[in-house]
Amino acid sequence: MTSARDRVLASVRTALGRSDPLSEAQTKIMRTYLAEHPVGPRPQLDWEPVARFSERARLLSSTVEEVAALEAVPAAVAAYLRAHALPLQAIVWPQFERLDWSHAGVSVAARKAQDQDMVGITGCFCAIAETGTLLTLSGADAPPSTSLLPETHIAIVPCARIVRSMEDAWALVRSERGALPRATNFISGPSRTADIEQTLVLGAHGPYRVHVVLVRS
Amino acid sequence: MQISSMHFKARATQKLADPDLREALNGLKQRFVPGRAAVIAELDNFEEIREAAAEIRRRTLEHLDFFLETFERKATERGAVVHWAQTWQEANDIVLKIARDNGVRKAVKSKSMVSEECALNDALEGAGIEVVETDLGEYILQLGREPPSHIIAPVIHKTRDQVSDLFAEKHATPRKTDIGELTREARERLRPHFLQADMGITGANFVVAETGSTLIVTNEGNGRMATTLPRVHVAITGIEKVVPTLEDLATLLRLLPRSATGQSISNYVSVTTGTRGDDEIDGPQAFHIILLDAGRSRILASEFRDILRCIRCGACMNHCPVYQSVGGHAYGWVYPGPMGSVLTPNYIGLENALDLPHAATLCNQCGVVCPVKIPLPELLRKLREKQYERGLRPKRERAALRCWSFLAAHPRLYGWVTGAAARVLSWMGGDRKRIASLPFGRGWTEGRDLPAPEGETFRALYARRGAR
Ligand code: SF4
Repeated sequence: MTSARDRVLASVRTALGRSDPLSEAQTKIMRTYLAEHPVGPRPQLDWEPVARFSERARLLSSTVEEVAALEAVPAAVAAYLRAHALPLQAIVWPQFERLDWSHAGVSVAARKAQDQDMVGITGCFCAIAETGTLLTLSGADAPPSTSLLPETHIAIVPCARIVRSMEDAWALVRSERGALPRATNFISGPSRTADIEQTLVLGAHGPYRVHVVLVRS
Repeated sequence: MQISSMHFKARATQKLADPDLREALNGLKQRFVPGRAAVIAELDNFEEIREAAAEIRRRTLEHLDFFLETFERKATERGAVVHWAQTWQEANDIVLKIARDNGVRKAVKSKSMVSEECALNDALEGAGIEVVETDLGEYILQLGREPPSHIIAPVIHKTRDQVSDLFAEKHATPRKTDIGELTREARERLRPHFLQADMGITGANFVVAETGSTLIVTNEGNGRMATTLPRVHVAITGIEKVVPTLEDLATLLRLLPRSATGQSISNYVSVTTGTRGDDEIDGPQAFHIILLDAGRSRILASEFRDILRCIRCGACMNHCPVYQSVGGHAYGWVYPGPMGSVLTPNYIGLENALDLPHAATLCNQCGVVCPVKIPLPELLRKLREKQYERGLRPKRERAALRCWSFLAAHPRLYGWVTGAAARVLSWMGGDRKRIASLPFGRGWTEGRDLPAPEGETFRALYARRGAR
């Protein structure tokens, strides 16, 4: 008995008018296409990326602030949490555990997110100006659940990591990482739904709030 | 999902008389249509991107076996298990086997139309596995035991009041009317399911050949939950969903959320590649991908191949005057609107969906908005021709068409008959110049008067004026 795989592929080939796999010449053309992965037409992207990112992120109902350096992040986070009457307690990506959180009055834990966690602090691999989007790549020091389970997600974004488009983000992933990690997440603002009467509600299953802290240097 | 596409006319009549439905469907015209127009305008080269998107889909379909095999190889290299299914039954059996092998008792699902095709929930429940829909719309439908009526906004047919009643009854909580509170209630109900589930089941908007990744586009975050928290992830999708490269994906993603919900980008675009690394603290341990044929290769072989380019954005139904009036349930199966009227007869047989190719005015709104340039009206017309050829239309209609075709091929006779008909109709119109009831056309005149023709026929007029 042939396998479902063989049967499906055979009927696809028959449908395409062939009885065998793609000819060698055709295969070569397609392989080249995959290897070269050409970039398609993009809209005009002639704005200043940091300003554009902030503008688009705000349109997606994220909030954005800017600090001078990474060391200033804990104080900014503490001020944000106080202003929103949120607990001064957060889970963080392991890569940010060593910032001076206690000085700012925030207690952090670098572990897997749990249901009760109210605030999750992450970084990002890069951010996309065209749409105001964060890109996170999963890894030992970047667990995806941190940006998902807590009601408030705070993202630390170095200005230098803001690229123009998704194509540029892929180029950066290719050059810096080579392969995609298990989870590649594009995050564009707080989670939302409009399923009931097409009325927009923020905070469906993921965070209610996304706050972006831009780091200038 | 149970198939009842044979009864479009009867159901449509019923739906037209439902005032709640009419109110609910207003959202289409008020939000989806202008929403799409506004974000399409952000792209200065929309048509260029649209042509590129159509070309990506064409290229994929023409070399589908190659891209599927490439995808399979890459996904397998990364630790995913790729399964193939020729039928809905086979796909369900694969999911059940994965569930058994992994001791799964509870599964959470993120919206998947392919799983609706398979009636996967029934299969899981039949095997004693609890399955929870987690997309807010799908969750509401599961509570009310209803099928979806739209591929993007599955409960578009329901009003807030109906959801309030349903939640109060099923959750046994005080009735809430605020949409924010209703959403919060669903979130709180569903969170424990995410945390307890052994298996997450998702569809895939695309799968990427180059990297062996699957991808889902969601707003609520339930898709991310279902692919992050349970220990087993199963993604089930059609074989036509493959795209070659990540760059191609970027092109398609400029169009999909814009066409679907009027967003420049959806909240979450979640790309999943293989299983979790040894040092990762979250993510599933097992990742299964099911590639389903179930009629797709048959469509690939037919003159309806273009419909396989479809990226399931829903724009064609949002802009369809018929869908806007009757909603999705009238179409009787998973896929409504123009794309559904092409897909359903192809999947379940033309003889089982007789009215669907006619459930359109051929106004071409769908063709204009389709982000991958599928010539929907042309495909619907082809289906009508096929029905005629296979003798699937009523005798009287076929006789009428034969008469007309005979007349159209004999211009003199045509001129004489139409001239006579115009005189008769004009006489019937009387002083009011309107015909309240037309023999052979009662269905049409039931809801409105036919304006009676006045004066000459166009041909007579043209002949006279042309001579001058
Ligand atoms: S046929 Fe075109 S417009 Fe309709 S759902 Fe598919 S891609 Fe969208």
